Amino acid sequence: MIMARETLLNIILFALLPVTALIAWGLDEPYIITLATKAAILALAGVGLNIALGLGGLISFGHAAFFGIGGYAMGILASHAQSYAPIMEVPFLIEGTKSMPVIWLVATLTSALAALAIGALSLRTSGVYFIMITLAFGQMLYYFAISWPAYGGEDGLSIYLRNDFPGLNTLVPLTFFSICFAILAVVLWGTSRVARAPFGLALSASRQNAVRVETVGIAPYRIRLVAFVISGAVTGLAGALFADLNRFVSPTMFSWHTSGEIMIFVILGGVGRLYGPVAGAALFILLEHILGGLSDFWHIYLGILLLLVVLFARGGLIGTLVGREVAHE
Amino acid sequence: MSLLRLNNITASYGPSQALFGVDLTLKQGEVCALMGRNGMGKTTTIKVISRLVKHTGGTLEFGGQDIGGLPPHKAARAGLGLVPEGRRCFGPLTVHENLHAAARPGEWDYARVCAFFPRLGERRDQVASSLSGGEQQMLAIARALMTNPILLLLDEATEGLAPVVRQEIWAAVARLKGESGLALLVVDKSLAELQRIADHAVILERGRSVWAGAMDELSRDVADKYLGV
Repeated sequence: MIMARETLLNIILFALLPVTALIAWGLDEPYIITLATKAAILALAGVGLNIALGLGGLISFGHAAFFGIGGYAMGILASHAQSYAPIMEVPFLIEGTKSMPVIWLVATLTSALAALAIGALSLRTSGVYFIMITLAFGQMLYYFAISWPAYGGEDGLSIYLRNDFPGLNTLVPLTFFSICFAILAVVLWGTSRVARAPFGLALSASRQNAVRVETVGIAPYRIRLVAFVISGAVTGLAGALFADLNRFVSPTMFSWHTSGEIMIFVILGGVGRLYGPVAGAALFILLEHILGGLSDFWHIYLGILLLLVVLFARGGLIGTLVGREVAHE
Repeated sequence: MSLLRLNNITASYGPSQALFGVDLTLKQGEVCALMGRNGMGKTTTIKVISRLVKHTGGTLEFGGQDIGGLPPHKAARAGLGLVPEGRRCFGPLTVHENLHAAARPGEWDYARVCAFFPRLGERRDQVASSLSGGEQQMLAIARALMTNPILLLLDEATEGLAPVVRQEIWAAVARLKGESGLALLVVDKSLAELQRIADHAVILERGRSVWAGAMDELSRDVADKYLGV
């Protein structure tokens, strides 16, 4: 019964963003399409974090590191393509590119590599130490980006034109939304497969009891590291799309506020729920749009909502609507 | 050649020594009963074999290899299947997910395990925490079998179960001996049941192995002295 209700809710949530974008397109409201695109991208970042947090119980407060790396991968490649100046000439020539698929590949790979390095060290700790070490890595990259004048330093880096996708005009808001939504759909499908595969089940089991998992031949550290790398790669891809949406990257993408926001999407929607980040990001954008119009201090209301969710609705939006079947106490 | 050999094993929990010299030998396909009163070191011995507790002295060989330095997951991959005391299934996962998470290639797969424990097949999509004690015990055994072990370590597999359910578990253990050719190391307090299925026994007393031999050689006097029967 709960499963059937959750499936129905997931279908509604999945349809929510494209339906909103299509209605906005019909009403000629490109701003609303941009908001739906932003929600899809932030949901993607949340889906990335949810792999580590929801499946693996890894409370990473440094996922902005991967979001920022993805963003800067896009910014660096696109800015060099824009200026026709190669990124490096020695020992071999590396030029910039405006091709989205190439940028996504680079963003995903660099984020995955960073997640491998950060995860390899961080996962040797647990609990509050894991939270602090991931936060420290994020902040290290934040200050590095600020002090990197070649790519705008504190002011960030503007990209004048959105990057290209073969055969599509990415400047059309509905087209760019479709690209982002298609990526979100593919990642959601992939995540559902991973969650049901022996790897995902072992990850979930290791969240409950790592010692028990070891007795069936699984190394918790290794599966957590793989999960952390996948999680970082997905969040990095979201960062590249986010930078493309805004045509701007700045050190803010690395800041702990960004890590906190990504975590808020997951908590608002429901930790460990496949569509939790979609619900959370959509709700966040909606609140930002509605409450932000009423007050510049709309985050206060968001904070109150978050308190209510944590105190009275730990399953998040999805858990409240369909029941708490996923144990994440 | 022996499958498992413990030679003068000692182990401690911090400053408190729990094992003072345990010797045990087990051959492929044999069933060994590890017996003793409460607190004599049976579970600690099982934990040492499965590498959950590091031994401080002696040698531990499995399949002719010294496994003393292996972490628990590598010991499990080498063929040691543990059914821990208290069952310890992955509560929020379903029966199928519990088994699927542990699966390693080999003869024991989901279909065979469900044929062995038909009740688990019927409870396929039920979360483990909602199963009865007996069903959870079946799941714990099935999960260990899904790792395709060479040696199955059963630690108090019938503890806390109703008599009827205990009989079911003992029947399953007996079938394991008859059907699979697995080696079994069984810890339990039921001497009568152990005498029915075990080929030989080792008795622990205050962290030391004080008696070892064929099960039919276990005299009433020895049982009275060390097991308080």
